Amino acid sequence: MVENRPLANLVSHLILITGVAIVAFPVYLALVASSSDPTTIANGQLGLIPEGHLFENYWKVLFQGTERSTKQPMIVPLFNSLVMALIISIGKIAISLISAFAIIYFRFPFRHTAFWVIFLTLMLPVEVRIYPTYKIVADLGMLDTYAGLTIPLIASATATLLFRQFFMTVPDELLEASKIDGAGPWMFFKDTLLPLSMTSIAAMFVIQFIYGWNQYLWPLLITTRDDMQTIVIGIQKMLYVTDALTEWQLAMATTILAMLPPVVVVVAMQKLFVRGLTETEK
Amino acid sequence: MEKRSYFAGKLLPYALLMPQLLVTIVFFYVPAGQAVYQSFLLQDAFGMSTQFVWLENYQLLLSDPGYYQAMTVTAVFSVAVTTLSLSAALLLAVQADKSLRGAGIYKTLLIWPYAVAPVVAGVLWLFMFQPSLGMVAGGLRRMGVDWNPYLNSGDALTLVVLAAAWKEVSYNFLFFLAGLQAIPKSLIEAAAIDGARPTRRFWTIIFPLLSPTAFYLLTVNIVYVFFDTFGIIHAVTHGGPAGATTTLVYKVFNDGRAGGDLGGSAAQSVILMAIVIALTAVQFRFIERKVNY
Repeated sequence: MVENRPLANLVSHLILITGVAIVAFPVYLALVASSSDPTTIANGQLGLIPEGHLFENYWKVLFQGTERSTKQPMIVPLFNSLVMALIISIGKIAISLISAFAIIYFRFPFRHTAFWVIFLTLMLPVEVRIYPTYKIVADLGMLDTYAGLTIPLIASATATLLFRQFFMTVPDELLEASKIDGAGPWMFFKDTLLPLSMTSIAAMFVIQFIYGWNQYLWPLLITTRDDMQTIVIGIQKMLYVTDALTEWQLAMATTILAMLPPVVVVVAMQKLFVRGLTETEK
Repeated sequence: MEKRSYFAGKLLPYALLMPQLLVTIVFFYVPAGQAVYQSFLLQDAFGMSTQFVWLENYQLLLSDPGYYQAMTVTAVFSVAVTTLSLSAALLLAVQADKSLRGAGIYKTLLIWPYAVAPVVAGVLWLFMFQPSLGMVAGGLRRMGVDWNPYLNSGDALTLVVLAAAWKEVSYNFLFFLAGLQAIPKSLIEAAAIDGARPTRRFWTIIFPLLSPTAFYLLTVNIVYVFFDTFGIIHAVTHGGPAGATTTLVYKVFNDGRAGGDLGGSAAQSVILMAIVIALTAVQFRFIERKVNY
């Protein structure tokens, strides 16, 4: 701080507090709604103070499901989301680590081609090839399976780039020393490279876990069965009920459940998260 | 760039690359190629015969007022979300950059929405603005505003813009804060000694030095609005009312699913692909330049 201006600091605090309040208010309101009963919400009488139905609503959403709409107990989609996020994040990291290892530590024909093939997938998000990709997954019989939910999303240009970048900074002497000690590629990878990459891997995991958890378009396309849904799709299905009122208290409980795991990951691993985000700034 | 020493394996590197290359080819390149190919085909209504029609699908698309509407919606949506979220994030980041008491807590409390799925953001905002039971909608009604995003296209667009911008502030905030912290304090001090007030220092020193960050964020935000907001639109408005919130991506999704117009949907995909390629290229040119700073 160059000069000390108490008044300016006060204004800054006020701006920040307002910002935090605007950011937090929708979630607070959802929390209040998830503790309320249906009539209070339907009459537009929801206040700002939580009511007494919190436990009841979450229990219902998790283990019984809604009375109208899908009737699917949300514990199942919650589990599907977890499986999906974990397979995607771990899978992306695993295949990107070995790809980057091959590109950096070997010499072979088409090395640069391979790199570019992976790199250019950055320009092909799922949104620009929706139906052909869907058709391939359907032809392979992977609709409504975990494989179909995850494998098509598992290629990662970002992770490959990040690990490639990191491997470049690893001193050549380490490889030479390992070779003198008689280590082959696998030994070097496992005993030298992996331990050095741990922070990058953890940072990548945080980012990719959030990415996997929050996928929307893809699960929407390739899951039809209610018990294969992910939690974010579950919310959407609760909102649109034909011939009946939306059960908002349950929908809002589901919303809270859907955002809790990724938000906890970000807050608990804030340093890794910030690092992952700024490092993947491609 | 190149390692001086390496392993001698001949087949091993291919085996290591195999999983990633297989996934990229089967699920990225083949479908992308099919999209391009299909965009030149016309299929009759019963799917009995297909014929190669060169650019007819593109011509049909470019003479379709619905497509221009989707383009306009996407443009308005992009401008509104990026302006709103970038300016809010910059305002907050400048405050958080001062060595205030509790700056770390503010940071934590501002970055978590990054982890919220777009569809969740959409539902949270829909709940506040739902015309019959939303709290904010109720307030608007008492103030005499006739608010109904289900019927009024301006209201619907406003709602999705607010939800999309709300979620994106955290990402922009984080990058602006990092950008601000990278500016040497000596520059600011020198200007202060020369008598420049904080406002003047901001516009003549801080803001120009932040422009690479701002430009990077601009492209990232546009990509976000184009693609990631699909969840918000699908859950909150379904592209309506009367196409008022149908973006290009939502249109590809909707036309291909409901209409079964494969050629037309593929042509839309190809145009989107061109847009992504252009945006990514711009982003990378910027990053190369930044490296040279």
